[in-house]
Amino acid sequence: MTQTATNTTVPVDPVLEARPENRVWKKFRSHKSAMVGGALVVFFILIALAAPIIPIPDPAATDWGAVRKAPSWDHWMGTDEIGRDVMARLIWGAQASLAAGVVSVGIAVLFGVPLGIVAGYFGGWTDAVISRCTEALLAVPFLILAIALAAFLGPSLSNAMIAIGISATPIFIRLARGQVLSIKEEDYVESARAVGLPTPKVLSRYIFPNVLPPILVQATLTIATAIIAEASLSFLGLGQQPPAPSWGSMLNTAKNFLNQAPWMAMWPGLSIFFVVLGFNLLGDGLRDALDPREH
Amino acid sequence: MLAFLLRRILIAIPTIVIISIMVFGLQHLLPGDPLLVLAGEERDPAVLEALREKYRLNDPIPLQYLAWVGNALQGDLGVSLRTNQPVTELMAQKLPVTIQLALMSMIFALVIGIPAGILSAAKKGTATDYVANVVALSGLSIPNFWLGIMLILLVSVKWQLLPASGYVPPSEDLWQSIRTMLMPSFVLGTALAATLMRHTRSAMIGVLSADYVRTARAKGLSERVVILKHALRNALTPIVTLTALLFGELVAGAVLTEQIFTIPGFGKLVVDAVFNRDYAVVQGIVLVTAVGFIFMNLFADAMYFVLNPRLRGQ
Repeated sequence: MTQTATNTTVPVDPVLEARPENRVWKKFRSHKSAMVGGALVVFFILIALAAPIIPIPDPAATDWGAVRKAPSWDHWMGTDEIGRDVMARLIWGAQASLAAGVVSVGIAVLFGVPLGIVAGYFGGWTDAVISRCTEALLAVPFLILAIALAAFLGPSLSNAMIAIGISATPIFIRLARGQVLSIKEEDYVESARAVGLPTPKVLSRYIFPNVLPPILVQATLTIATAIIAEASLSFLGLGQQPPAPSWGSMLNTAKNFLNQAPWMAMWPGLSIFFVVLGFNLLGDGLRDALDPREH
Repeated sequence: MLAFLLRRILIAIPTIVIISIMVFGLQHLLPGDPLLVLAGEERDPAVLEALREKYRLNDPIPLQYLAWVGNALQGDLGVSLRTNQPVTELMAQKLPVTIQLALMSMIFALVIGIPAGILSAAKKGTATDYVANVVALSGLSIPNFWLGIMLILLVSVKWQLLPASGYVPPSEDLWQSIRTMLMPSFVLGTALAATLMRHTRSAMIGVLSADYVRTARAKGLSERVVILKHALRNALTPIVTLTALLFGELVAGAVLTEQIFTIPGFGKLVVDAVFNRDYAVVQGIVLVTAVGFIFMNLFADAMYFVLNPRLRGQ
């Protein structure tokens, strides 16, 4: 209600205002927490991308003269158990975390969305088979499935991404299927079919674009889950293998030195927290901005 | 109602069959002979031959699957290579520990999550609502193993209030058992509380705009009575069913929590099994948690009917 009131008082270009992407952007911008989330995400992406050019020590360089040193002018976030710079490892670790989040969700979307669209659109046996498989996958708790898959595939960052991707796939199958079920009854889909448009065209031109917004929201929120999952797997030793830096494995080492070097546990945990919070806030904001019901 | 539940049970059967195929298929992800999964480090040819015979490993894969499922149905999920114990026995041994952790976590989750959700819905749009939401979202974003590490650092290392790890069975020393379990269940409970708070909030917001709530307010009932008596009772149905569905989160959360606090439960069993390449145990755990989840789902469906009198007659 308040939104409509402000819209009438502020003169806007009627053409611009009518375009849905402008409306969405406007709504998104008015959502302060979503902007904070977006800023956090952008910040971490920039740091991960800039890791090679930021003047920081080599994340793998050990220094036996500076073992477990508290944060100082030389080492802003301290050093770890073999004298490596914690901040350098944190910055390089951002790459592993973000890559794991994005790649695994990419895998899940790539497989999940087409399967969900097919199940929802064709129904019948196709739907029954896909749906039962989805339920079977959803029945195994996300992390247990990821751990089991990572264990059988063997520990490495890429296998962790595959394991998390497979574990997240049923989320997207179910979501896409549900969307299609409601969209395919719409008049514009009916008429596209009635004029004889071939099925692939109907799917790509009318179904897919309308499935996309909720998928985008879910993907953003799932990246948050996937980053925690990757950190958990690395923490357990099933993800990124040392000496390559990752936040999860940094925490795994840090828990053995809590008494002597608490900063080793502080920074990686805070980083995971903020990047995950960023994706969660962004996802919530996108959901509000893209929801057509709340105008 | 019975027809609906029967339909749900009938749908659950193929799902369980697919789960068993998936779990069986896991061993084929391993490079090499699936016999290695069953035998572990056992290299005695006679034993290997006996296992090959038992699981029909020379037969085609579908027959192997049937043999495996046949054994599983009789409670035989193979033998742990580390302890030589049957997998089912091993799980039965660890389960009570995790159940204690789960129950205590659930208490934290309910006591924090539901009141916070009600408060935030009743004060929708105010600072209270905003703060509750930020706290809940932070709860969802904190990796719970890190929260565990930080609590150990503060409560056990710095203040020396509670033990950092270990497990005491309640039958041995109830007070000590609760004390050691307090921190782990708080860590796991807060993660669930965040989810629960968000569900409660949206369920309450939905109910608070209903006609009967407006009527109750129009009658001049106090806001307290309206919210607790009229709204909460109706919002409770989705909350209770969702609580049953938190089972998955609870088990997954237990894995890391038990790892941090070295609690010898179900979750630690998974991690140890993974590290010892005790694949039969990993398979057994995946199978049992998944089937457990399906049953929790059926239970949630049944609760939905029990709690909602409007559906009972149908």
